[in-house]
Amino acid sequence: MDWQPLVLTFKLAVITTAILFVVSIPIAYWLSNTKSKMKPVIETLVSMPLVLPPTVLGFYMLVAFSPENAFGNWLNEWLGIRLIFSFGGLVVASVIYSLPFMVQPIQTGLSSLPSTLKEASYTMGKSKLTTLVKILLPNVKPALLTGIVLSFAHTVGEFGVVLMIGGNMPGKTKVASIAIYDEVEAMNYSAANSYSLILFSITFIILLMVYLTNGGYFKRFVP
Amino acid sequence: MIRLNLKKTLKSIGGEMVLDLELNIAKGQFVTLFGESGAGKTSTLRMLSGLLKPDMGSITVDGRTWFDSNRNINLIPQQRKVGYVFQDYALFPNMTVRQNLEYALQKYQDNSIIQELLDFAQLSELQQRKPETLSGGQKQRVALARALVQRPEILILDEPLSALDLKMRIKLQEYLLQIHKKYKLTTILVSHDIGEIVKLSDCVFEIQNGKVIKKGTASDFFGLNKTSAKFRFSGEVLKIEKEDVIYVISVLIGNEIIKVVSDRTEANELKVGDQVLVASKAFNPIIQKI
Repeated sequence: MDWQPLVLTFKLAVITTAILFVVSIPIAYWLSNTKSKMKPVIETLVSMPLVLPPTVLGFYMLVAFSPENAFGNWLNEWLGIRLIFSFGGLVVASVIYSLPFMVQPIQTGLSSLPSTLKEASYTMGKSKLTTLVKILLPNVKPALLTGIVLSFAHTVGEFGVVLMIGGNMPGKTKVASIAIYDEVEAMNYSAANSYSLILFSITFIILLMVYLTNGGYFKRFVP
Repeated sequence: MIRLNLKKTLKSIGGEMVLDLELNIAKGQFVTLFGESGAGKTSTLRMLSGLLKPDMGSITVDGRTWFDSNRNINLIPQQRKVGYVFQDYALFPNMTVRQNLEYALQKYQDNSIIQELLDFAQLSELQQRKPETLSGGQKQRVALARALVQRPEILILDEPLSALDLKMRIKLQEYLLQIHKKYKLTTILVSHDIGEIVKLSDCVFEIQNGKVIKKGTASDFFGLNKTSAKFRFSGEVLKIEKEDVIYVISVLIGNEIIKVVSDRTEANELKVGDQVLVASKAFNPIIQKI
């Protein structure tokens, strides 16, 4: 069996999750605090990937990143980046596609904290950043864990966006979900089954870990 | 000297209310804001500490302007640094008692105050515990100690003792007085408990619908100077019973029910649920330790 698609899948998922973690905290913090009229609009945009067919997203990114068009051309000319049919493009697409899975748990977590926690911190002269890092985030650890795991699992499971924007290039953009499709097309069911079984098991274990930790199951062993 | 002149339209479940009040509080005083819930007491404290922005008005503390709508001055809470004890204590759940206090240290501040406050609040033995494992009274002492770490000149207490039982409340009242004197604070308390107010405060402001309707010393305020009664309590009539020619009236005072004998004319004026005053003039009450 060719392990490359699986390695690529997890590399993509790790990088995507890391970027999402950094990007989503400010977005979730802003959404949980703001009274701006823009809030519903931003919330909608963040949540769109939940309901939109991945092919729609993939199609527009394909159009946007194409060197034939202004944005893609600009990226290519000025930064030397080609996002189409490349690993970099997959990362960008995955970040956008899994955004709600990271933002929403963190936003819910932050909103559920009593506002007196941050107010107490402010009256002690602490800045908003210090308050976020030392008080707010440590108290929403289960939400952070949920966000990380869901984004990771969702990236592992994506298919449509990857196919549209990445295509099927071994070692570059051929992730496990594409490989399965490929093997089935080639009537190679046993290889498809191996990939599928591995993805199935890993996803099951990851999600089980989340429910066990957030359900307080581990707390019994760690005083 | 703290001068507050605040105007703010507050939206609550009951509709809009315009808060419009002026308070002058002398340095070193223990002041109580008294009034029904929803009258605007907490909002006043939040505006003083910078957590809520008034629509109009000014706040000056010892000659320094903290807020002035005309001159567009509005110090953020971080610059005002008042000691604020929240009703829900707002202890940081991720930190131990000691870490909660240490978090409040200012840049370059000497950390010897942590041990001093832990000792004073009798928290030394609990210092490695997390807030969730503490009782209400212990949490309250942590919240108080934490508010004092940055050595504020103003201490704000928003109904700090309302969630505690009577015994703990009385103990902590003593403690509040000690802190107030020891750290030479100007303390502003929100409370509903008349006993507590009389015991603690130099000056009381009664607030109703966003306005100050009455102001005075605690004893003036609740009419303690008017009667020459040896002792007096207020309570609620629970039951009126006729026994032969007299009436026995059961009155709930605090948690105790007492029975008072009265004649028909007095009894006819009362009904169950009335608020009454029970006082004695002629006889000296007996007092003994229990």
